[in-house]
Amino acid sequence: MSPVLEARGLIKRYGRFPAVDGVDLAVEKGEVFGLLGPNGSGKTTTILLLLGLTEPTAGSIRVLGLDPLRQPLTVKRRVGYLPDQIGFYDHLTAQENLVYSARLTGLVSEEAGKRIAGALERVRLADVTHRRVATFSRGMRQRLGLAEVLVKQAEIAILDEPTSGLDPQSTQELLELIRELAAEGVTFVLSSHLLAMMQTICSRVALFRKGRIGLIGKVEDITSDILGGTHMVEVEAQNTDLVKVLAGAPHVSGVTPLKTGRWRVDADADVRADIARRIVGAGGALHSMTIRQSTLDEVYVRFFEGESHDVAA
Amino acid sequence: MMSRREGSPFAGLSTIALKEAADHMNSIRIHLVMLLVLLTAIGSVYAAIGQIKATIGEDQFLFLRLFTTAQQPLPSFVSFLGFLVPLVAIALGFDAINGEYSRRTLSRILSQPIYRDALLTGKFLGGLLVIAICLLALWLLVTGLGMLLLGLPPSGEEIARGLAFLFASFVYAGVWLAVAMAFSTIVKSPATAALCALTAWLLFTVFWPMLAPLIAGAVAPIDPLDPMTAIHQIDIQQAIARISPNTLYGEATLALLNPATRSLGLLFADQMSGALMGAPLPFSLSVALIWPQLAGMIAALLVLFTIAYVSFQRQEIRA
Repeated sequence: MSPVLEARGLIKRYGRFPAVDGVDLAVEKGEVFGLLGPNGSGKTTTILLLLGLTEPTAGSIRVLGLDPLRQPLTVKRRVGYLPDQIGFYDHLTAQENLVYSARLTGLVSEEAGKRIAGALERVRLADVTHRRVATFSRGMRQRLGLAEVLVKQAEIAILDEPTSGLDPQSTQELLELIRELAAEGVTFVLSSHLLAMMQTICSRVALFRKGRIGLIGKVEDITSDILGGTHMVEVEAQNTDLVKVLAGAPHVSGVTPLKTGRWRVDADADVRADIARRIVGAGGALHSMTIRQSTLDEVYVRFFEGESHDVAA
Repeated sequence: MMSRREGSPFAGLSTIALKEAADHMNSIRIHLVMLLVLLTAIGSVYAAIGQIKATIGEDQFLFLRLFTTAQQPLPSFVSFLGFLVPLVAIALGFDAINGEYSRRTLSRILSQPIYRDALLTGKFLGGLLVIAICLLALWLLVTGLGMLLLGLPPSGEEIARGLAFLFASFVYAGVWLAVAMAFSTIVKSPATAALCALTAWLLFTVFWPMLAPLIAGAVAPIDPLDPMTAIHQIDIQQAIARISPNTLYGEATLALLNPATRSLGLLFADQMSGALMGAPLPFSLSVALIWPQLAGMIAALLVLFTIAYVSFQRQEIRA
């Protein structure tokens, strides 16, 4: 299957500063693809480039097999976009806002009316259809933005920081909606710096760093690549050197001292029993051991560990 | 990288223009400004009617007098309009583009299948539509008031001159709308853009008439022994004054509403030989007289709109 969204060697410079510095990515139909990275790492610029809202300095983009620079209207008709901190015309009602964008999309009024009613129902804003958007909460605005994508019947939905500033319940509601739509075959591209949330929803992610994609792939693959394992055990023990003790132990991919008497052990299985046996066997005193599954947050921190040094230098 | 883009740059144009016009018609800002214009218009016309009634029967263009007669302390309807129309236009345009930024609606609207051209042009046309409706309503109101209080219908030529005056006012308002929209694309904050536009307005309506003679005096000093230098200075002063759209509009309305106007510049006695003093010019000649003024205003409008257009096309839309 050919990718619905493809970028090759994408570069965007502002003056001499490269905002996007050689990005390659391909998104398949029906995927939920996450663009992750710290603020200013080039996620939003990449999105604007994909939509043809800004021109790349170099590189090529294909969206649904079209060039967004040459056929921007067709691309924009088939791709929905939910910008970061979405804005609506406050003095218009939810419905009027959607009618306006539906007209710009070129929908005739009868069909538009049907789709708008359906979309507002879907995002649970049907009871505030005729209320002015000025009274809407942030979560309601995000859902209204999603309704706009629904009215358009977009094949690809690009959402920039869709959950930033939302309370946990609104976040869950929004993610649930995205999941439902993805199951119906809509391709999603999400950008976020909230990794734990992205982990639960994205089929694949790309980690951005300084305008480049540092890592790209499935969440599990990335975690095991970067952390060397999917499990992480924190060990507290005395009278022992865990690095020596665990040398050559099966499943263990790394041991890092945290402070005196504490270590972090990365592994691709639950190795607690083995660790305990080896510490005790070596004459050490085991105080505590906690295990958790690795999250993208850790990948992120570990992956960007070098970053702070660079900034200082 | 040059590549041909597909699709019409006018897709969505009428949708945007109508939506903008509807927004303006509903906004309190425009209601207030229009109320101000309406009150001054009625006041000045009412005062003019009192004046005209005293001299009725002496003039063949009574209805045009409605617009131009000033009754102390009120200025005439035309001078009120020359002063207030820019204000209306600025109120319509100062936050056209930067308002979309600050509401964060710009990138959402531009992600709809339209070009940027359509957004800017649509907003401009929407503003022009509102101005046209307001001016037409105002003109009809004044004419109606005149018919009611004077008890006379306007003649064909008065209607023609009135409509030409309406068109000149429309173009004049368009210039100021373009000024306001240019500031709205260049300046990021709507408040600053409004101040910039108001500064330009004050400069051209209040200070420019004072500045023009000063500049002309410095550029072309008068030699007391050479009378031609005096004429030269007046020519230069007039040229400088005509940079202001306010001057152009003033001259255009003068020629249109006062048919006896024969020239907008200097006239020498020998040029007037054989002319009947005070005899009205036919409508077509009055139009010919203001043709440069009208063309100048339309040119200013296009140049300003182009500035706004180029600056908008080059902008990054990260909001």
